[in-house]
Amino acid sequence: MKRIGDGTGTRLGLITLAVILTTLFLVIPLAGIFYQAFAEGLAPFWQNLTSNFTREAIGLTLLIALMTVPVNLIFGIFLAWLVTRFTFPGRRILQTLIDIPFAVSPVVAGLLYLLLYGRTGWLGSILSEQDVQLMFAWPGMVLVTIFVTCPFVARELIPLMQAQGSAEEEAGVTLGASGWMLFRRITLPNIRWALVYGVILTNARAIGEFGAVSVVSGSIRGETINLPLQVELLYQDYNTVGAFTSAALLAALAIVTLMIKALLEWHTHRREKTA
Amino acid sequence: MSTRSARVLPGFSLSLGVTLLFVSLILLLPMTSLIGQLSTLSWSQYWAAITDPRLIASYKVTLLAALAASLFNALFGLLMAWVLARYTFPGKRILDALMDLPFALPTAVAGITLATLYSRNGAVGSLLDPLGIEVAYTWLGIALAMAFTSVPFVVRTVQPVLEDLPAQADEAALTLGASNLYAFRRVILPHIWPAVVTGTGLSFARSLGEFGAVIFIAGNMPYRTEVVSLMMATRLEEYDYAGAAAIASLVMLVSLLLLLAINLWQGRFYRRLHGGRH
Repeated sequence: MKRIGDGTGTRLGLITLAVILTTLFLVIPLAGIFYQAFAEGLAPFWQNLTSNFTREAIGLTLLIALMTVPVNLIFGIFLAWLVTRFTFPGRRILQTLIDIPFAVSPVVAGLLYLLLYGRTGWLGSILSEQDVQLMFAWPGMVLVTIFVTCPFVARELIPLMQAQGSAEEEAGVTLGASGWMLFRRITLPNIRWALVYGVILTNARAIGEFGAVSVVSGSIRGETINLPLQVELLYQDYNTVGAFTSAALLAALAIVTLMIKALLEWHTHRREKTA
Repeated sequence: MSTRSARVLPGFSLSLGVTLLFVSLILLLPMTSLIGQLSTLSWSQYWAAITDPRLIASYKVTLLAALAASLFNALFGLLMAWVLARYTFPGKRILDALMDLPFALPTAVAGITLATLYSRNGAVGSLLDPLGIEVAYTWLGIALAMAFTSVPFVVRTVQPVLEDLPAQADEAALTLGASNLYAFRRVILPHIWPAVVTGTGLSFARSLGEFGAVIFIAGNMPYRTEVVSLMMATRLEEYDYAGAAAIASLVMLVSLLLLLAINLWQGRFYRRLHGGRH
């Protein structure tokens, strides 16, 4: 069948243009990270990678991701179930509220938490009387990361669950299934891949969050420096190889994320075709 | 979606409870502190805080760069969505996966690599320098960083719409003797332009708030290359919490209005597309 833009000239021209622009705009910056990390050879790279400073930054980065992902996974499922399976007043407002972290600058996110839990904040001053300090410490970094990443799982689930409808679950209810069984046997298998995808996005953002975290971190060496903050700190110190070593680690994680995503898409695509 | 029968399903109060608890603690509670902080300011103090000349200069830089970045992404995104949706060629899967790179790559990492490449003695910057084009430490660099971090928006909103377009429409136009360009303008464009606008809007909203990628390449010179996000961070570093809160209130208002406009626009378009089917 003849289609628009199928002429050989148009086709090759557009593909070439797309490849050139993508190379200039995306591939070269990505390659530049690894080039800079290894600019002085393997030894400085390895030295930076295995330094205590980097090890502590990796530890904190993993801690933040490990605490953020489960919280937002559970919240995302409940929210998606709520807004796609029931109608109630305020549903639209709720959905717009959830998009706020997605729309505002990450600096605003950090600022909101700093105002609340900092020394001058009403909650922060109560907590500091109990000797609990959330700001300029890792718990604050976890909290802002939860804020920033909370829409991701829900945003993946909602369109899918809306499209699938609730007929299967309703059939389950009439057959006497309990709520948990309904979720485990019907809903979960249907949303499995979208859920994995949501988790991957949440995880990637939790590992890489910079703006919000930098506001509440206080940059205490060995305590509140995660990988992205370490990248900034070393770069400002003109330690280019050091900065790009941690950047390369983060970029490698990003590439793994992209590969998992591509694999998932290929998988669902194939399932759709065979179904 | 059925509405009446929906309450047949279990878990309404549980999911409502969990959601409201989370939304209150994580989203709403921190916002109360913003209102609290703002209430310490009089109107004239608030006005002075948001109309500081250095801040106004940063509004201009941010808006200009975000506009340039999202327009670039509208064109680039349209091209990429078209190529990925319509053609098969070796390496397509890699190209497709690369479109998501800006979301997967931490913004600070994008920031330092762009700043290094485009600095005057960087790999790309040294090529542009003889041409008189300066990217690093100018608004162009800010726009570049913003464009990089918001690449996926247009591609990923337009691509599925293009994939869903039936081939018959193409064939009808071409059989009737329309040229490729004319057929694209009259057959394809009416279908995809709502998605292009949505994607561009999202890209613009994201660019307005971008911080991590921008601060490294911007040079952050007062009155010239400071973005609004940086101004907020600077106020916080100076312990001027009220001043930061004043800027944040304005930023949040603009972002929310933008988001609302995009959602309404998308909703209208979605209904028009699927309204007749059910």
